[in-house]
Amino acid sequence: MSHEHQAVPPDLTLRVKALESLLVEKGLVDPAALDVLIDTYEHKVGPRNGARVVARAWVDPAFKQRLLSNGTAAIAELGYGGSQGEDMVVVENTPQVHNLVVCTLCSCYPWPVLGLPPVWYKSAPYRSRSVIDPRGVLREFGIEPGGDVEVRVWDSTAEVRYLVLPERPAGSEKLSEDELARLVTRDSMIGVAKVKLP
Amino acid sequence: MGGMHGMGAIQYEHDEPVFHARWEARVYALTRALRFADKNGNIDASRHAIEQLPPADYLRMSYYEKWLARAEAQARKLAADSAASKNPVLKADMVSSMIAKGSSARRDVSIKPAFAAGERVRARNINPPGHTRLPRYARGKLGRIARDHGVFVFPDTRAHFQGDKPQHVYSVRFDARELWGSQANPRDGVYVDLWEDYLEQA
Repeated sequence: MSHEHQAVPPDLTLRVKALESLLVEKGLVDPAALDVLIDTYEHKVGPRNGARVVARAWVDPAFKQRLLSNGTAAIAELGYGGSQGEDMVVVENTPQVHNLVVCTLCSCYPWPVLGLPPVWYKSAPYRSRSVIDPRGVLREFGIEPGGDVEVRVWDSTAEVRYLVLPERPAGSEKLSEDELARLVTRDSMIGVAKVKLP
Repeated sequence: MGGMHGMGAIQYEHDEPVFHARWEARVYALTRALRFADKNGNIDASRHAIEQLPPADYLRMSYYEKWLARAEAQARKLAADSAASKNPVLKADMVSSMIAKGSSARRDVSIKPAFAAGERVRARNINPPGHTRLPRYARGKLGRIARDHGVFVFPDTRAHFQGDKPQHVYSVRFDARELWGSQANPRDGVYVDLWEDYLEQA
């Protein structure tokens, strides 16, 4: 294959297959481990984990206290932690403060509680604008914090990963912890949505 | 790219899958397996590899295309290294413990912090040619220490295999108006996690 006059970019699927074959042949990669990694992030680790953390904080004030003072340890109580969640900070939305999380540098995101980030979170529009125009970004997502609300943007520039503790919706007092967890969306834990009753 | 204009509207996808194609999933997993096998590598060098893509390619390529380019380069390096056959290989039964263990950049060493919560600081105006995690939009700006996260490895040196240089990382609050001028909302603020070497007294 000529590399000099390549008009069409090589098919990505083929490139990846070639790469994997090479690495397996060299004995550097075990394909069965790749299957387990993929299955983990497609089926086991995702925003349902974060939703359980949020619901627990809503029903258990002592847990909420621990969550806000030491996010990593409190999240570990529910069995979540590890890769890209080694050092967690949880920030609380209130009627006075709205928090929004971004990584302007690339794609840092709390994997153990939210899974892998959606494409828009890693995209240039979100990364560039969320710091300079957070209210404009929030409007695009359909929420408009009032003039009396402080918007705090958390740029994940180091190894700390951020999770937003959204406000518990009014009228949810009678719901169980499990029912509450089902209301909590990924977007509400990034800070681009509010949690609503169905 | 924080603060740049002209990148367009945010493209939101409802019910987005974790991976949009099998090749993306394989690249993700291959990258993690390679990181495990490459005992001389580190996450900062790995991030720097992506940053070294030509800017036009960086903006054009999809996220996992960038990961693929990096994985191919890393594979070439490992394939050329005769000692690489001695590297550890990630096996299926090791995956869950690797994920659970993670790889914290925190260092359990006692270092006296130069700054305390509440203190005014200025982000240094530094423009290193190599890897740095001090965003351009914060350079030279005045902020206030919101909290001390503790001691972490310094990416600017580790990315270039020049040592861990552990130091305090602080969450620094910059008022939106300090960063963006009078167009910004006077209540709002941006919190940036900054290593001590990025900061000076104000």
